Amino acid sequence: MILTTLETVPGKTITQHLGLVQGSTVRAKHAGRDLMAGLKNIFGGELKGYTELLHESREEAINRMTEQAQSIGANAILNIRFSTSSITQGASELFTYGTAVKLD
Amino acid sequence: MFDLILFLILLALGFGFGQYLENQHYKSIIRRESSLKRIPAIATKHLPPEFTPCSTQMVCGNVVISIDFFKKFVAGMRSIVGGRVSSYESLIDRARREAILRMKEQAATLDANYVFNVKMETSSISKGRRNSIGSVEVLAYGTAISKKQAL
Repeated sequence: MILTTLETVPGKTITQHLGLVQGSTVRAKHAGRDLMAGLKNIFGGELKGYTELLHESREEAINRMTEQAQSIGANAILNIRFSTSSITQGASELFTYGTAVKLD
Repeated sequence: MFDLILFLILLALGFGFGQYLENQHYKSIIRRESSLKRIPAIATKHLPPEFTPCSTQMVCGNVVISIDFFKKFVAGMRSIVGGRVSSYESLIDRARREAILRMKEQAATLDANYVFNVKMETSSISKGRRNSIGSVEVLAYGTAISKKQAL
């Protein structure tokens, strides 16, 4: 499975276009991390817990998208985009989408 | 009275630690930026044709950075008179540069020469009182290109 943000994969031709695939996950922060983040709001600086949390969630979203692409018989996803939105206070949705294609 | 003292202590802590952490962060950003100069991040979608025998891999880097109490206070004051909010500018600048650096670091482990079609995504993670920005997340992502030697 090739994942790329480009519109083509160099050296390969697209033989079949299979449409949009997407993956999303909604994550809430847990209370301990939230407390630490509250403290960090006084001192400033990086919130490592959140960075990791969001990174993991994004991998989860990518995995879901990849599964969807595999189930429709694609072997590459082109032009991948990410998007983040906060749904409620304390939870955010991580969304990723791309075009599933068959490459040769 | 107690509230006022607490507020002043928080302000002083925010000023002291915030400035220190920001300076340290900027130092580390500048150091790593110069060591990763060999991997340019390019926002173009299309690869030049001479690149064609190459391998591609998606890379991304993210960071969440929080504002300190002093800067938040200054930004609050600034919103009364209007104008440039330089305390938020430096926060977001740090976050963007850090995210790009992390993306490039990931590209460096893959022996990439370039990162093409770099996109950025910014979102505020926790909102404080009256919708003030507490912390921002920046995600930078792109496609790492490693040019193979012509056979």
